[in-house]
Amino acid sequence: MSMAQASIAAPRKSKGWLKTDRLLAFVLIAPSVIAIAVFVYGFIGFTTFASFTKWDALLPDFSLVGWRNYEKLFDTTRFQIDLGNTVVFTILFLIACLMLGFMLAVLLDQRIRFEGLFRSVFLFPLAISYIVTGVVWRWLLNPGSVQLGSTGVNLLFEKVGLDFLKNGWYTDPNIGIKAVVIAATWQMSGYVMAMYLAGMRGISEDLREAARVDGATEVQVYRHIILPLLQPITLGAVIILGHMSLKIFDLVVSMTGPGPGFSSDVPAFFMWDTTFRGNNFAQGAGIATILLISVAVLIVPYLIYSTHTEAEV
Amino acid sequence: MTAQNPARQKSLASHLPRAIIYLILIAFAVFYLLPVYVLLITGMKGYTEVSLHSMWDLPRAFAFDSFAKAWFGSPAEGFRGLGDNFWNSIQLAIPATIFSAMLGSMNGYVLSKWKFKGSNTLFMLLLFGMFIPYQSILIPLVLLVQKMGLYGTIPGLIFVHTVYGIPITTLIFRNYYATVPSELIEAAGMDGAGILGIYWHIMFPLSLPGFVVVMIWQFQSVWNDFLFGVIITSRPAVQPITVALNNLAGSYIVEWNVQMAGSLLAALPTMLIFIFLGRYFMRGLLAGSLKG
Repeated sequence: MSMAQASIAAPRKSKGWLKTDRLLAFVLIAPSVIAIAVFVYGFIGFTTFASFTKWDALLPDFSLVGWRNYEKLFDTTRFQIDLGNTVVFTILFLIACLMLGFMLAVLLDQRIRFEGLFRSVFLFPLAISYIVTGVVWRWLLNPGSVQLGSTGVNLLFEKVGLDFLKNGWYTDPNIGIKAVVIAATWQMSGYVMAMYLAGMRGISEDLREAARVDGATEVQVYRHIILPLLQPITLGAVIILGHMSLKIFDLVVSMTGPGPGFSSDVPAFFMWDTTFRGNNFAQGAGIATILLISVAVLIVPYLIYSTHTEAEV
Repeated sequence: MTAQNPARQKSLASHLPRAIIYLILIAFAVFYLLPVYVLLITGMKGYTEVSLHSMWDLPRAFAFDSFAKAWFGSPAEGFRGLGDNFWNSIQLAIPATIFSAMLGSMNGYVLSKWKFKGSNTLFMLLLFGMFIPYQSILIPLVLLVQKMGLYGTIPGLIFVHTVYGIPITTLIFRNYYATVPSELIEAAGMDGAGILGIYWHIMFPLSLPGFVVVMIWQFQSVWNDFLFGVIITSRPAVQPITVALNNLAGSYIVEWNVQMAGSLLAALPTMLIFIFLGRYFMRGLLAGSLKG
């Protein structure tokens, strides 16, 4: 790429066009750069500022109160539950998606008939909205009631004689957020499968053959050769899924809401509730800022790492 | 006969795991298709046939009451149909897709072929906008959109989606243009074409596959969005379909068969794209994972 740049630059410089083109390059990207500067960085600045103010009603009040909003927030039971839910959700969601995604990719990598069909079936949930997923899974994981009897998967379990699997799902405070993990995994595991499968197809057959000649079984080939080679993909998937799980919102709105005892509540939902229903803008801004920091801790090193490695290539 | 035995045994040994592989794959396919099954059979059941106890049973006769009710609503029961909201989403997603694709194309062109000092850093700063939790910009966003007089309007939503679509469209186009050979650009540069001429005569005509990927990606993310829709539009008449579907599902008067039919309507456009343009959908997906 630098070669090309040099060769473009050379004739241009001599003709004296460089300046105009350079200027035009900036003009082309200026609208986007300004928009992102204002709508991302400016707005983040505003939100962070608002989180240190007294703005707890509809009308703005920008008098500063220091860390008070944050102190209050961390003292709130609901927020403590939300943080716990986020941790549980992230861990379970990551494990489920990575394991399921890798397993499905391995299976599809076995020269399967109808591979394209299976792949499409595992992938299609990605095409639909979290709202639709939530509405559907709300019914599937609806435990029913004593008067009406079982519904959804509980009814299915009843019909095939697996009554012991029947559950309160998201109406059970002990399950709560884990029910949301089921729906989220249904939606996102195909993505991980696609990433892994694309990665596996990029690994040369010679490498596998060499391992087989050395007496490695198929399982060992995947475990000791392919999985380590796919490490960048695992990292990418962890980053993508991880930042999604920190931000998860739509699915909670449409599937469960905060649930009994906030058992399926998450910070993003709490932020929305506090700010746009409760008009406590300062506290909402505080939650938003904490969310942003948690995402940034994950994303910024990755962005620096990936643009850095790219520059070296 | 005996001579065939070892061969048969071998083929059995290698066939048995394959049978297991297929069984596992089919089991998972059933798991992934379960919600679709419920959506489809329920949507096609007649009003009288819908009951919780038969929710897994196939319809006895085809009827489309639920779809009609989900689309047109039921003034008697006091709820709006999703038909208008479906058109709102169309009116929203198409322009938002086109605008953000155009901006992404120009950015991708400059950031891949006209690199300048600091352009990689600038690109990274743009990309960060893709990952931020939108909660961290919602409060000032609502204030600004109100100030601009765009609050509660579809143009307001188009504007917001265009702005927050810039990072991902830039990323996909930048990766796409990186595959266009630089010799082409050099040659055009020799012929005296400037930055705009090269874009217009070389890059843009070559961009079609890139545009398809980006537009499919953007269309589905705008269509499936809920957060901006619910924050920017409070009036049911201008809400996109995801917001309307959520309201419909949240109201207790509505039967669940209507909710299922409504869900199917809300999922239809992106599902069709997935079915007919799945290859491009996949490419956008993998590009979104930063390593396209």
